[in-house]
Amino acid sequence: MSAEKITRMVVVANPQGLHARPADMIVKTAMRFASKIELVKGTERVDGKSILAILTLAAVAGTRLSIEAEGSDAAAALDALADLFGRQFSEGASFPEGGRRVEE
Amino acid sequence: MQKLQGIAVSPGVAIGEAFVMDNEGFRIPRRFVDRDAVDDELERLNRAIESVAVEIKRNRDAVSRELGKEYGAIFEAHLQMLHDPRLRGELEQMIRERHYAPEYAVSRTLRRYAKVFQTLDSSYLAERANDIFDIEKRLLRNLLGRRREELSRLTSPVLILARNLTPSETANLDRRFVMGLVTEVGGAGSHTAIVAEGLEIPAVVGTGPFMTDVSGGELVIIDGDQGLVILHPDEETIARYRHEVDQRRALTARLGALRDLPAETADGQRVDLFGNIEFPHEAKLCLARGAGGIGLYRTEFLYLGAETEPDEEDHYQAYAGVIETMAGRPVVIRTLDMGADKLLVGSNDDERNPFLGLRSIRLSLRNLPMFRTQLRAILRASVLGDVRVMFPLISTMFELRQVKMLLADVMEDLEEHGQPFRRDLKVGMMVEVPSVVVLIDRFVEEVDFLSIGTNDLIQYTLAVDRSNKDVASLYTAGDPAVLRLIEQTINAARRRGIAVNLCGQMSGSPTYTMLLLGLGLRQMSVTPSAIPEIKKICRSVTIEQCQAVAGRAMSLENARDIKSYLKEELKKILPELAG
Repeated sequence: MSAEKITRMVVVANPQGLHARPADMIVKTAMRFASKIELVKGTERVDGKSILAILTLAAVAGTRLSIEAEGSDAAAALDALADLFGRQFSEGASFPEGGRRVEE
Repeated sequence: MQKLQGIAVSPGVAIGEAFVMDNEGFRIPRRFVDRDAVDDELERLNRAIESVAVEIKRNRDAVSRELGKEYGAIFEAHLQMLHDPRLRGELEQMIRERHYAPEYAVSRTLRRYAKVFQTLDSSYLAERANDIFDIEKRLLRNLLGRRREELSRLTSPVLILARNLTPSETANLDRRFVMGLVTEVGGAGSHTAIVAEGLEIPAVVGTGPFMTDVSGGELVIIDGDQGLVILHPDEETIARYRHEVDQRRALTARLGALRDLPAETADGQRVDLFGNIEFPHEAKLCLARGAGGIGLYRTEFLYLGAETEPDEEDHYQAYAGVIETMAGRPVVIRTLDMGADKLLVGSNDDERNPFLGLRSIRLSLRNLPMFRTQLRAILRASVLGDVRVMFPLISTMFELRQVKMLLADVMEDLEEHGQPFRRDLKVGMMVEVPSVVVLIDRFVEEVDFLSIGTNDLIQYTLAVDRSNKDVASLYTAGDPAVLRLIEQTINAARRRGIAVNLCGQMSGSPTYTMLLLGLGLRQMSVTPSAIPEIKKICRSVTIEQCQAVAGRAMSLENARDIKSYLKEELKKILPELAG
């Protein structure tokens, strides 16, 4: 049981921030791992497996977050999550005008 | 404790259990569960969550099929919210530890999230509150199922808190159980306001959104005098309001003793104190309060909430009942006074400025068959008692002549058909538009009586929409310009020897009674609940005293000074009525 806690900094780069769809992707990804995962914005710390909690962070474009993972697969979890942020939750690519079309 | 400021539309204080209705008219109940039932209730919640998950997946698949996978993504997020472990934990804790019913736990928890989202800086994220409401609605629909309670099937006293109430909802209110009304939207002329006044229950409208702050079953206070709604009141506030309710009850009982005494000043000047009514059953209330007649019988209710336009018989029956109840006392029937927006037929929903638009008498003159139907019914009913007809919102002499011609035409028609009616039916008009006061010397030549409608007169004189919160404070009956128009109208009527009544909300406010008597007004028509108070004031003053008060008030420069002076004077005579 090697419970090491590791952290990685990411920036919310997609134009609409962490709205419902990106938050859903974060949770889905986080759920694949056994590690405890948390998102930290300044002094706020939320469960990375709770979409409602992530939404309450109100992480708009440009927000700096740190992702913390603790558990046996922590490193793999951070890689997968950082990749999501890096790809801007696939919003930049498939929706040049931003994530708007996804909503409603 | 949280206070919501709205527009006071019907006076009084009510303390009681909230009955919260969302846009779809759902009731969100509060219910505690027994200790032994906790596991069953959790199971019920789980089943509801699973059913909702199936519904959401079905929506996702349908949308994805029709519009593409990206569009179904929002439902993915909804599913994720529904299964959120933190949410689940909170719900379980509420049910297990606080013994809340699942419905209440769901509503409470999700509304808290919705509220958080609404306060977020990003408007885009704030929109997510709607997703939360959507999930809440689905869960409640599943949990409540057939047990969804309807407004018309109340079994215990409640205060109704709703986004808005439709005419059909208000028409079906159970008067035994509805103790007060609050709506998020609406203004002073809204349907809720009129109905609340008719039911004599406190009401506040236009409070702005509160759906995230209150759940069914919570204790709420409605202060219909101040236009306040208090959610989650603290003990001290509850005690203070309970005391007020007791005092009012005692005052009402004391004033009730005046019922059979005449409305007459201390020096013997008789005052005609009439009641304003909306619904036929209120005629009895007027009699119970000692009204000398009906000074304003609104007829809009016949058109509201009805599936079809009322026919002549509908009109006739509604009038005949009231006339018979009043047994020879005067009954003033006002013809339809409504905006085009509320009418079933000929509605024009894109009026840019409805208060200056096709409403009231203008609407009647555009819908002649409908107008004739109403006039025929009034004329036929006129033989049953002392009936008078009154036309609202006259603004030009031409309009008045048009309606009088039409009335004569309908009379001829009835005569041809051998239908009995009173040829000498008294014809009056409302004074609500400043143009009429400017030419009042001409109008008094053409009618048998005048009735001053202060609500519209104030709005048109001061150019203020009182349902607009930003300017509502400019709306006041105490403005010297308004008072001077009233004075001119009273003087013109007296010179011509015709009756003049005042039937706006102003006449039901104790603050203005002495002033109005001092200006020479001898007829007032008020909401039935205000009759005892106004009678009490009449019986406590002399005309000379009132003239002195009026003289001083008319010399003051602004509404604030006038109102505080009038309140001072009232306090000297009847401190318990000076609110």
